[in-house]
Amino acid sequence: MADKEPRIVFQRPKSLLPVQMHYCPGCPHGIVHRLIGEAIDKMGIEGTTVGVAPVGCAVMAYDYFACDMIEAAHGRAPAVATAVKRVHPENIVFSYQGDGDLASIGMAETVHAATRGENITVIFYNNAIYGMTGGQMAPTSLPHQVTQTSPYGRDVHTAGYPIRVCELLKDLDGVAYLERVTVDTPSHVRKAKRAIQKAFTYQQEKRGYTLIEIVGTCSTNWGMTPLESMDWMRENMLPYYPLGVYKDIVAEGYENIHEAAKDRAKNVPIVMQEAN
Amino acid sequence: MPKDYSKDLKIIFAGFGGQGLLFAGKIVAQAGLLDGKEVSWLPSYGPEMRGGTCNCSVTVSTDPVGSPLVVEPDVVVAMNQPSVYKFIDAVVPGGLMIVDSTLVPDIPERDDIAIVKVPSTQLADEAGFKQLANVILTGKLYAETKFCSKDAIDAALTKIIPARKAKLLEPNQKALAMGMDL
Amino acid sequence: MGEKVLMKGNEAVAASAVRAGCRYYFGYPITPQTEVAAYMSKIMPKIGGTFLQAESEIAAINMLYGAGAAGARAMTSSSSPGISLKGEGISYMAGADLPGVILNVERGGPGLGSIQPSQQDYWQATRAMGHGDSRHIVYAPNTVQEMADLVYLAFDKADEYLMPVVLLADGLLGQMMEPVELPPEKTEFPEKPWATTGHHNKRPHNVANSLYLQADKLEAKLRERYARYEQIEKTEQRSEAFMVDDADIVVVAFGASARIARSAVVSARAQGIKAGLLRPITLWPFPNDSLEATVPQAKAYLSVEMNMGQMVDDVRLAVHDAHPVRFYGRTGGVIPAPGEVLDAIAKLAQEVGA
Repeated sequence: MADKEPRIVFQRPKSLLPVQMHYCPGCPHGIVHRLIGEAIDKMGIEGTTVGVAPVGCAVMAYDYFACDMIEAAHGRAPAVATAVKRVHPENIVFSYQGDGDLASIGMAETVHAATRGENITVIFYNNAIYGMTGGQMAPTSLPHQVTQTSPYGRDVHTAGYPIRVCELLKDLDGVAYLERVTVDTPSHVRKAKRAIQKAFTYQQEKRGYTLIEIVGTCSTNWGMTPLESMDWMRENMLPYYPLGVYKDIVAEGYENIHEAAKDRAKNVPIVMQEAN
Repeated sequence: MPKDYSKDLKIIFAGFGGQGLLFAGKIVAQAGLLDGKEVSWLPSYGPEMRGGTCNCSVTVSTDPVGSPLVVEPDVVVAMNQPSVYKFIDAVVPGGLMIVDSTLVPDIPERDDIAIVKVPSTQLADEAGFKQLANVILTGKLYAETKFCSKDAIDAALTKIIPARKAKLLEPNQKALAMGMDL
Repeated sequence: MGEKVLMKGNEAVAASAVRAGCRYYFGYPITPQTEVAAYMSKIMPKIGGTFLQAESEIAAINMLYGAGAAGARAMTSSSSPGISLKGEGISYMAGADLPGVILNVERGGPGLGSIQPSQQDYWQATRAMGHGDSRHIVYAPNTVQEMADLVYLAFDKADEYLMPVVLLADGLLGQMMEPVELPPEKTEFPEKPWATTGHHNKRPHNVANSLYLQADKLEAKLRERYARYEQIEKTEQRSEAFMVDDADIVVVAFGASARIARSAVVSARAQGIKAGLLRPITLWPFPNDSLEATVPQAKAYLSVEMNMGQMVDDVRLAVHDAHPVRFYGRTGGVIPAPGEVLDAIAKLAQEVGA
């Protein structure tokens, strides 16, 4: 056995730059970045990929990915990604957004990019809190969850209810693929990786809008150890935000969003009309 | 001395939306352009257009046009009662008001301007030029002011009626000629 | 020479933008500029371009940011209330050194204001369209022909200086028709090696970004950018002088109000008042040089604007308060009549003994 060449079994994905990330110890953002990097490497698309970073904890993501990157204004990543994709339709364009960015300030951009069927992939990290600004209530914070701006726990009578993003988007005709995953165990990580890769593949195949929601933690702002935060997430978040595929038009038997949308509205004469 | 309208003419076309007043203004502006003059055309815009009054300012001049908004018109072409009331006092002394008398029952007196009554809606209906009362009035405007060459105003119609609406050209030409001959 | 055609200002601007190579337009309906979007929606599908009606002005300007980053020639247009919403994206474009063209067909303000023409956004356009230290070239057309010519130029300048360029028009210029000769179709465009096009494994990654977490790095970046602004102030001032050489009263007016001021100046001359018109074509950089040159001859200045007095500040700065600087304006969408401006000129002439 001694004469056998050493075999590399684990290394940094080529499409992640060799820099130190700024994420807190125990933060799953790094895992998610890695999964995106592995998908890009496996598909060999680094040269044609453009990523759009958000405002939030992942604001510096433009320094971590080796593909071309754009830093967007808070919540506007889908609008920016839309334009990049329109200019370079053959590129793979993804945005990386947190819950405040995507589901609060950027909700209009999110919904409209989805309903337009923009052929982009949104990586949505949902940890139920604003991390970068120090732990304020997010649109996905759970009822009774204590944050800096819900110090007595989120009161649904005044602050309303959290938004379940996959559930909200799944009825939009522009959406090709929605899956909610998490990265708390090796098997979940592998599942998340498959989902991200599938979303990129769907984009490559021009099937429509794709979004992968990663339910994650924020041990720093939740005030827990990383392990405690994983437990809290499994106990509270996963039942509220169930994992699974929320939409997959290919599994439903359609080629792309247009075929699916047409089928859904087949009794509406104007929809069935040939385009001018 | 009457004003030489071939040097400078300021017009307001006014009436209801849908009567073709903006189009009438375009004929005049296009004719001026074909004669090599300075021209401007400015519509009223906004909520007042929706079913309400509609007007446009047109200037044809040998000098560069200052404000395209006509406030002291040489000529007002009016196709409804509110427009007559609104603009009759604005016409400069010695100027002209051309009124569709089919649609306007009451025309206030003014002895320092000429008021030309043309039953253009009735004439258009009788001649089978439905909705070309505006063009008949434009023909009359031309006859009264001679602001450009005859060739230019005839050619203007050809310029502004798009090719896909070519079948409208002939009735427009006839309506224009009818107005000139009144 | 092409043929002169009658066009609305809003259509001429759109047609000329396309000829300047604009292939991406992002907009949202608002009076009085909607013809721009209507024109773009008609032509873009036919020439392989993109017309996209965005969900909001905010989305539209951020699409402009994205298209600019991706290396395209792109534009957006709106009117005053919508331009306020675009402030965010314009600031980000300035901070990321991205080109793009923004048209403001101004209407009355503040708030919902009116839909009639105004010049009430002068300060916004020249001082702060968004937060942070930033500048953008601002062109102020005063004819439909200039709407076409200046938007054409705006695309080149945006690419040359890597910055958003603003066209400040108003409802009058947008809605009126005048003869216009459209510029030729552009076929040569500058290389954009900085654009986020995908690196195709041929270069390190490009990043479009306005974030500098270290204060000293941001300061250095801003100083570098301001050196470029200084260069623009030196070389990009544009103005038109009309009867200014021997003028006692120099009227300063831009855009639609300059047309009215011009008529008033002609009338003043007929009355024996030596008046002239200095018309800024660039509002930033303000034509300080040509205004300063009038100081030895002039006795007083009159800034004529369709607002409550905004550019008048820049006139005072430009002439160093060497002579009286007065203001005459109408606002809220009211268009001044040449006679009112003439009265203001006559009054000022009397005051300074001109």
